[in-house]
Amino acid sequence: MKLEELARQSSEWLRGSGPESDIVISCRIRLARNLANHPFIRKCSDTDLAAIERTLYETLQSEPKLQDVGYVNLKMLSEIDRQFLVERQLISREHADSNGARAVAIHPEEKFSLMINEEDHLRIQVMNSGLDLDATWEQTDAIDDVVEEHLSYAFHQRLGYLTACPTNVGTGMRVSVMFHLPALVLTQQIDKVFRSLQKMNLAVRGLYGEGSRAMGDFYQISNQITLGRSEKDLIQQVSDVVPQIIDYERRARDFLVHENQQDLHDRVSRAYGLLCSAQTISSEETMELLSSVRMGVNLGLIENLKIPTINKLFIHTQPAHLQKLRGTELDTANRNIERAHYLQRHLQQDGADSAENN
Amino acid sequence: MKCQQCEKPATIHITEITGPELDELHLCEDCGKIYLSQQEPASESTMSPQFKLIEDADELAALEQQVCEICGSNFYEFRHSGRLGCPHDYVCFETELEPLIVNIHAATDHVGKRPKRGVNSSEQQVHLVRMRQEMKEAIEREDYETASSLRDQIQELEKQRKPS
Repeated sequence: MKLEELARQSSEWLRGSGPESDIVISCRIRLARNLANHPFIRKCSDTDLAAIERTLYETLQSEPKLQDVGYVNLKMLSEIDRQFLVERQLISREHADSNGARAVAIHPEEKFSLMINEEDHLRIQVMNSGLDLDATWEQTDAIDDVVEEHLSYAFHQRLGYLTACPTNVGTGMRVSVMFHLPALVLTQQIDKVFRSLQKMNLAVRGLYGEGSRAMGDFYQISNQITLGRSEKDLIQQVSDVVPQIIDYERRARDFLVHENQQDLHDRVSRAYGLLCSAQTISSEETMELLSSVRMGVNLGLIENLKIPTINKLFIHTQPAHLQKLRGTELDTANRNIERAHYLQRHLQQDGADSAENN
Repeated sequence: MKCQQCEKPATIHITEITGPELDELHLCEDCGKIYLSQQEPASESTMSPQFKLIEDADELAALEQQVCEICGSNFYEFRHSGRLGCPHDYVCFETELEPLIVNIHAATDHVGKRPKRGVNSSEQQVHLVRMRQEMKEAIEREDYETASSLRDQIQELEKQRKPS
């Protein structure tokens, strides 16, 4: 798989379509699986890691249903390339930074990725744009079945699928929905919402999972419990809170539009102006401004700009992406210049495309 | 803290977990020994899920002594890293893990998907892992006769669990 080609395309989960896609960016389901006859990662020697990687590689190769995936050996990759895969959410930070034989198999349109030798031997993750957990589960379940035809998972009659960390034992499943919640942040209600979610055993994380800050007002909500409930129940548990969160965010947006129209319009327009004309800009500032612009487009305050373009810019303006797209390594100062140029080009181009279409 | 049954200081702290109820006991060494000796026969004769967490210095040391026969991990390593060493740890450290799992998931039993093909019993899985280990060791000491016999046994076992 050529990462350069991947860099130019936009991930499936950023397509900006699907139900409720103004607020729900994407949904994903991941399953943690381990091979029965090998130790967990912490106790693996280099030989063990290599053997697990080989076994899973051969499984994927021999399975016709998985033959179009691109196989990327992470051990052979440069740090920028690994960072690039993290930014695209195809691998985790932990996976990028660890040592030894490890790999990722990526669907050509990035609908799923299979992480090999992450925290568990295999992590299957399927992502979709918008809110479509049922379809996402069907795809995940099918991949899991296909892999399982070839090998034995570590499974315990009473405890279910065995995982390196007991927090994942049972189904090994994490269901998560990623939201864009700028109005709840602006109206300072976000903490209240999260406290109530935590009481319901749901976890809240930032864009890049565990421990990451909520950059660009993106938040992922996911189940914490994995044992004692069926996959369908866990999906239902997460699904149940989604309409409520969407409703809170919509009400906060309505409040801003009705009570604070001028401030809101000003905020959105300034953000857009800065992004279109800055000469040097950091990644953090870009995320923050893009968040305002994204909400502005959804509320009709900015015309001739498309949501998929903005979704894409959130990812393409991150450090490794910029360097990948530019085809050369850049230090922080040069990245900030490159980022400003990239934003100008894409925001103006998108505006021009829309004007032509009208 | 004083022993709940006499005036001596409590040095043994026992958490009894039977079903959803938690029972905490704080006892001195003598009363503790009496209590434990009374409890032992009962828990041995029944298969009820009765778990004891004994947070005594000696018992903690014992936690480090108890080693998984497959991967060589002890429970202290898990507490330190948060990651288990191999699938067999769930069996080997069942008593220690149980309260933790209940605390995280408020459940003890898996509900949901199961592998489609016949699952090996965990003993069988352990057996396979052990045979692989022995085979590796045999190869290392260049005892190819043992290694190939082990290889055949492994293949035979693996054949048995092909999809039905």
